[in-house]
Amino acid sequence: MSAEVKKIATRDSYGDALVELGHEREDFLVLDADLADATKTGKFKKAFPDRFYDCGIAEQNLINIACGIASTGKRVFASTFAMFAAGRAYEQIRNGAGYPHLNVIVAATHAGISVGEDGATHQCNEDIALMRTIPGLTIIAPADDTQARQAVRAAMEIEGPVYLRFSRMASPVLFGSSDEFTVGKAQTLKQGTDVTIITMGILVDEALKAYELLKAEGINARIINMHTIKPIDREAIIKAARETGAIVTAEEHSIVGGLGGAVSEVVCEEYPVPVLKMGVNDCFGYSASADYLIDAFHLRAADIAKKAKEAIALKK
Amino acid sequence: MDENLKKQLQRCAYKIRMDIIESIHAAGSGHTGGSLSAAEILAYLYFKEMNIDPENPEMENRDRFVLSKGHAAPVLYATLAERGFFPKEELLKLRRPDSFLQGHPDKKHTPGVDISSGSLGQGVSAACGMALSSKHFKLGANVYALLGDGELEEGEVWEAAMFAGNKNLSNLTLFIDYNGLQIDGPIKEVNSAEPIDEKFRAFNFHVISINGNDIEEIDKAVTEAHSIDKPVAIVCHTVKGKGVSFMENQASWHGKAPNDEQYAAAMEELRAAYDKI
Repeated sequence: MSAEVKKIATRDSYGDALVELGHEREDFLVLDADLADATKTGKFKKAFPDRFYDCGIAEQNLINIACGIASTGKRVFASTFAMFAAGRAYEQIRNGAGYPHLNVIVAATHAGISVGEDGATHQCNEDIALMRTIPGLTIIAPADDTQARQAVRAAMEIEGPVYLRFSRMASPVLFGSSDEFTVGKAQTLKQGTDVTIITMGILVDEALKAYELLKAEGINARIINMHTIKPIDREAIIKAARETGAIVTAEEHSIVGGLGGAVSEVVCEEYPVPVLKMGVNDCFGYSASADYLIDAFHLRAADIAKKAKEAIALKK
Repeated sequence: MDENLKKQLQRCAYKIRMDIIESIHAAGSGHTGGSLSAAEILAYLYFKEMNIDPENPEMENRDRFVLSKGHAAPVLYATLAERGFFPKEELLKLRRPDSFLQGHPDKKHTPGVDISSGSLGQGVSAACGMALSSKHFKLGANVYALLGDGELEEGEVWEAAMFAGNKNLSNLTLFIDYNGLQIDGPIKEVNSAEPIDEKFRAFNFHVISINGNDIEEIDKAVTEAHSIDKPVAIVCHTVKGKGVSFMENQASWHGKAPNDEQYAAAMEELRAAYDKI
């Protein structure tokens, strides 16, 4: 783990990674839907203007254009906000990319409540739930800059459609380039045995801080970064259930059908223990700063630590 | 157009029609009307126009065909089988669990199917993506798509049209199967996209209107399309249920299979028409 405290939004990492890849290979295209400045595909557009195509404000078409390109054997990134990719174009991803299992990479930015001031219409807290229902689709929500770059690279090698989830807000850089990232393999960041906190994305940083808070109280938590939500690392979940006996999930997403749902499904079937879900509690967000909303939705380290103790109390 | 070739393609269209009826009758369900209306268009594309190789269905520089109106799968399957992409016996397994011939086209498992389709409006966008990729990566592929007239009610069609016009996808040709009927009735009564020609023109397409059941007119239109440096929409006036008199212009035959008696009558009529060519 690196000691850096630098903050970078994973959407920026995505844009940078595209440019790096663009220098290395020419067999892929990048598409956007009039949000290139915000999704950071604009960085690629600037570096490689003739390999970037803007589809305009037409996200359904965006996804199926990507499908058509992928069907010709080329790789393609299609970007817009999570709300308009997973939400508006759900069926295009399902039928267009999922059913024929095409190598389409949907790179969605502005996921979750940390979108902030734009408010509920643009805060997509449902994308993982929606994407998770599509057979054969890989879902990755990287935790920081390093991991976001690794995920972009890894996505280029995955057979079948991929959904990458990036954030608008800057978050601490947690990993160095030597930290391993393998699609489908959870990262156990702390090997505790009293309780397990499973999280992803920008909340990994909060979970690591929660670890310290718990440690100060003599509680040794296991911290798992579940960067790949699908296919989910069942083994890591089962092991956590067996070895720690209680699980808390924390996600910047609805508690319905997201990471918490995915973890619960595995735990219920394989090794039932209490699973407490933290996230957006089946409600819409609203306009406020990202930091305000993370406080308001109780997704800070202190909240996670408190929930972890509740989970421990439920242990049989 | 060469008279022999014309007759050959006309006969081919009727062979395709017979196979459509055979397969839908065997399946006991399927979309009859809109399959029959498009037989000449597919016969022309697959037996005259497209650079394809049934022995090498994934050939990189092949021309692409997108059945955006995916419910007309039987006409595509009959055409692909006739062209040698898979054995004709497969047609009698349409919609069965032991066949790759799904109710709507499945790219992953069906030789010759360039994209899965069936959810209306999506195929035309995918065709634009193929055309863009072909241009960008210099694949040399022309892309053809067949859309239903009812399908034009999908907003995504116009997103795609805007894109094709804006990017000047001159290697893209859309055929509109303008048979005037959709499931709930005449398109004019349901929610018509008319005037179709003017709409595509407004989206910067070159538009050609033809009788889509006439091989010679299709030939002329496709030849004209190749000479134009723009995406082209060929508005094909067709007859839904074409070739089977009791199915012609009947919205009720949109998604219905013939019973044994209707099957026999349809086959007899199509056979007679075939023999007459």
